[in-house]
Amino acid sequence: MGDPLFNHGLSFAVALIVIVKTLIVFVMLLVSVLFMIWYERKVISWMQNRYGPNRAGPYGLLQSVADGVKVFFKELFTPSNSDRPLYRVAPFLALVPAFLTFSIIPLGGTIRVAHHTTRLQLVDPPWGILLMLVMSSTAVYGVMLAGWSSGSKYPLLGSVRASAQMISYEAALGLSIATVVVLTGSLYTSAIVGHQHGLLHYRGTTVPLPAYNVFRSWLVPFVIFIIAITAEMNRPPFDLVEAEEELSGGFMVEYSSVGFALFYLAEFMNVITNSAIIVTLFLGGPDGPRIFGNSVGPFWFLVKEFVFLFTYVWLRATLPRFRYDQLMDLGWKRLIPASLGMLLFVAAVQTGDRPWVFGVAGGLIVGGLLLGRALAVGKQATEIETRTEKVG
Amino acid sequence: MGYLKGFAITGKQIGKPKVTYQYPEEKRPKPERFHGRHVLSRYEDGMEKCIGCELCAGVCPARCIYVRGADNPPDAPVSPGERYGFVYEINYLRCIHCDLCVEACPTEAITDSKLFEFSFTNREDAIYTKSELVVDDEGKPKHLPWEDWKDGDDRNTSGWVRATSPSGNAAYEGKVLWSGELGYGVRPPQAGQSDPDAADYPASWDISIRESNAGEVKGVGVRSERPKAREPHPVHEGEHDHGHRPEAHGDH
Repeated sequence: MGDPLFNHGLSFAVALIVIVKTLIVFVMLLVSVLFMIWYERKVISWMQNRYGPNRAGPYGLLQSVADGVKVFFKELFTPSNSDRPLYRVAPFLALVPAFLTFSIIPLGGTIRVAHHTTRLQLVDPPWGILLMLVMSSTAVYGVMLAGWSSGSKYPLLGSVRASAQMISYEAALGLSIATVVVLTGSLYTSAIVGHQHGLLHYRGTTVPLPAYNVFRSWLVPFVIFIIAITAEMNRPPFDLVEAEEELSGGFMVEYSSVGFALFYLAEFMNVITNSAIIVTLFLGGPDGPRIFGNSVGPFWFLVKEFVFLFTYVWLRATLPRFRYDQLMDLGWKRLIPASLGMLLFVAAVQTGDRPWVFGVAGGLIVGGLLLGRALAVGKQATEIETRTEKVG
Repeated sequence: MGYLKGFAITGKQIGKPKVTYQYPEEKRPKPERFHGRHVLSRYEDGMEKCIGCELCAGVCPARCIYVRGADNPPDAPVSPGERYGFVYEINYLRCIHCDLCVEACPTEAITDSKLFEFSFTNREDAIYTKSELVVDDEGKPKHLPWEDWKDGDDRNTSGWVRATSPSGNAAYEGKVLWSGELGYGVRPPQAGQSDPDAADYPASWDISIRESNAGEVKGVGVRSERPKAREPHPVHEGEHDHGHRPEAHGDH
């Protein structure tokens, strides 16, 4: 495992290849963000019986470029109450994780460049998918510090919501990733993808389905992951962080010009990166049938990626925003127990012998503990309530 | 799966015809009584209708009209009355197009065209003087360089726009209660108001909006075609109070 590029030590050519790969991924991501902004506006317009952007360039394709140029020429405003250094740094804290996460996505198999074999993947570290968790936790700081450092009320409220929301859903996110890791037995993203090659085997019989983790993990972790990651990047229907009606833009109210552009960029970069993560974890990444005998990993990767990009726009066009208590309810009372149960169940199936008994027993123990704890907390809360009643 | 119903609805919209107008190239038809740039009308013999009474200036909530009247010169009268509008100016930087001036005018001198696309580039152009507001010798509004006139924008610029049945009383339907006009004569009244269902179907311009847009739009709660003519509405005995509006007649 790992990138075979470094098998023969580090030389000038190897360094050059790494730099070129980095540049390609960087430019590709930036261009695809421009495309994604256009695509989202276009599709959402179609769903609302409108045309969407169609003035700048053919089919309005240059609209994001025009908007980008405009926004960079605007005044960079800093509120007088703000914490200047943090206020400046926060947008980058939101943007950089989105970039970095994409570096672990496998886009295809290996290629040979100038006598060196390298993966179509920027880096393939042993901690692999953990990088994604690290980066999504770091991105919380971007939103949180942006709201805090703005020194005004709405951003602060937005960032408080953001931190609560992102931390809550990280648990369910991590647990469904753990399910995949249990299935694969490795943290390497290349191994996770490689493991999903071929047809599905279940207890000795071959099922005519690809061996993607979405099937092998019994679908539920996949659904949980999509919900959790949507909440994690504050996309509709979980965009309480920037709720227009209540917070008039939330954590980025005070940002203008470049700061605003960076947050905007980060949001769409996150959509692209997280769709890629979903494809990698659950849908076999670049795996797919050969076309005319050629292995076309990047093509299949793009096809799957595109499905999720569309899904995110569709979600935004369809669902209204969650109420705050509904959000917390869904996160803590539904997703976390469900993902925990599925982790136990999948682990039980992996052990082979009598998976159902193992799974049910494990589920009962965990459920019993959770229930006991919940009852204890509830009792305590009721006691406090009655006490204050007597005093008042 | 009730959760997926919403997705089906939004998904289905993708192929449907768009309701947006591509504005500068494509313009929607305007309502018959659109409040646009004003015109000062003239009688069929070429006399100006304005008598310089300043009622329009008095009623104007934006105070954008400036009028000064003067006695008509006996040998070459401008208006048929005693006095005429000597100075008449409307400041379109202030005008809110409320049309109170049109309602106040006792001689139907000031009325509307349907023009709203006049973007002047300096403040002097914004103040329309009398010579710019009065219709020309054929009864058409004058076209200024910065105005973007379209077909139909100068249609029905007369007292006709004020009312077909004054005070909403249908008893006056079909009666001509406005004076003649240079270039057009006396305009005929608009028909169709005593139809009991008149309030139910959209105005003609509303239908044309939807039809011009590649097929009808369904489910908006709008009938896309005018229903067939019905039997004349039967008048029951004891229903002769004049305050009774035809829409309120109940079901038939």
